[in-house]
Amino acid sequence: MSILARAAAEDIAARLQDLPGLPAHRRLRGPETGLVMVRGRAGGDGAPFNLGEMTVTRCAVRLPDGTVGHGYVAGRDSRQAELAAVVDALMQDPARAPGLEAAVIAPLERAQAARREAQARKAAATRVEFFTMTQMR
Amino acid sequence: MYVATKGGERAIGAAHAWLDETRRGDPSLPELTADQVQAQLGLAVDRVMAEGSCHDRGLAALAVKQSRGDLIEAAFLLRAYRTTLPRFGASVPLDTNTMAIQRRISAAYKDLPGGQVLGPTFDYTHRLLDFALAAGGHVPSGAPEAEASREPTPRVTEMLAREGLMQREAASEDEPGDLTREPLSFPADRALRLQALARGDEGFLLSLGYSTQRGYGGNHPFVGEIRMGEVAVGFTPPELGFEIDLGDITVTECQMVNQFKGSRTEPPQFTRGYGLVFGHGERKAMSMALVDRSLRAAELGEASDAPAQQQEFVLSHCDNVEATGFVEHLKLPHYVDFQSELENVRTMRASVEAAK
Repeated sequence: MSILARAAAEDIAARLQDLPGLPAHRRLRGPETGLVMVRGRAGGDGAPFNLGEMTVTRCAVRLPDGTVGHGYVAGRDSRQAELAAVVDALMQDPARAPGLEAAVIAPLERAQAARREAQARKAAATRVEFFTMTQMR
Repeated sequence: MYVATKGGERAIGAAHAWLDETRRGDPSLPELTADQVQAQLGLAVDRVMAEGSCHDRGLAALAVKQSRGDLIEAAFLLRAYRTTLPRFGASVPLDTNTMAIQRRISAAYKDLPGGQVLGPTFDYTHRLLDFALAAGGHVPSGAPEAEASREPTPRVTEMLAREGLMQREAASEDEPGDLTREPLSFPADRALRLQALARGDEGFLLSLGYSTQRGYGGNHPFVGEIRMGEVAVGFTPPELGFEIDLGDITVTECQMVNQFKGSRTEPPQFTRGYGLVFGHGERKAMSMALVDRSLRAAELGEASDAPAQQQEFVLSHCDNVEATGFVEHLKLPHYVDFQSELENVRTMRASVEAAK
């Protein structure tokens, strides 16, 4: 779910297209956009406090076999939340899970890891390497 | 005399149509898109999210466009929008220790584990106007890359705390108060103060922070650490009963390290001032940390006679949406109030004249 929460709707949809014979789903709730109050901690590690809200979109779907899936994603993209819920439902079927993992989750995860790595590489280039000047006497 | 006045509708309609036209500006120029604002005026967007107290880059960018770049008006628009949405709950508190660091500096330790990482900063630029940007068509050469660090980046405050030299934060999992649900009352506890400061006006907090440095309630701070980057937001939906990630958000955190003389119960040690804001908002995070520490004066048994140490003064005036509402309401019709003032002054004058 954390991979889907970070993936754009069109990327999830594009990956799902490669999978044949996916069952239709019915919306149980939403997709609907609301707020989650984001909390921090005093001093970084102390008591919680309310930092501010963020928009979150959620959706719940049901597959014909009765499986229920949930999607909760940051932002206001209804399609992303619905697709996340569908994938969540499909993944609960042990027969489908490995295929979905390979065709949808793993490639999205790789793309996200590559993006994080690129950021980390840029950050590393701005790391200061101190050198000590010859001591003045 | 009370006279009900009507008849402003036509004028208001025309004024708003002119506002629309003025917002668009010269129609021969391409229209600015909200996506462009989000991508290229990112720090304005971050400030609006922080002061609007709502993390959504797209909405904040739209608010900046709609408000013609008036960031307080934009924060107001965002605050108004959030009231239309239901609240699903509260997140698990952010763990800034696990941040994917883009910037992390310490003014207290040169060689801190994990290193000093400058990130995309204005620091060390020459502050010369760059006319190449005015000419347009500038394509950045691309930021250099280096082997990504796998070293952990422990908090500076934790390093000091392990030596017993930094006061530990109170360990508590108590449900924090929420000033969007219950109006502030005084004295406000630290959680409420941090919430108010996190959404407070950057300019107001900057000036108050500055005042503490100039001697109005001085607390001799060092920047223990500033870090900026993405953190995961965890949330436990009740229907699932386990924690999931909603995604990542960028935040800026500042830990100010302040000397503390000690008290009857506590030895001399360092204490913290803490700042945390949505987006890349270093000046705001630093100002917040200075003011957080100065507002702790009473609990640490210090004198609290400077403006930045008085929580009722600081917290009642740091919200720019509230402040602008009250200041700007003065321009709305006060015809009746003024009529009575006029009568009053005329009567007083008449009695002074008569007494001559």
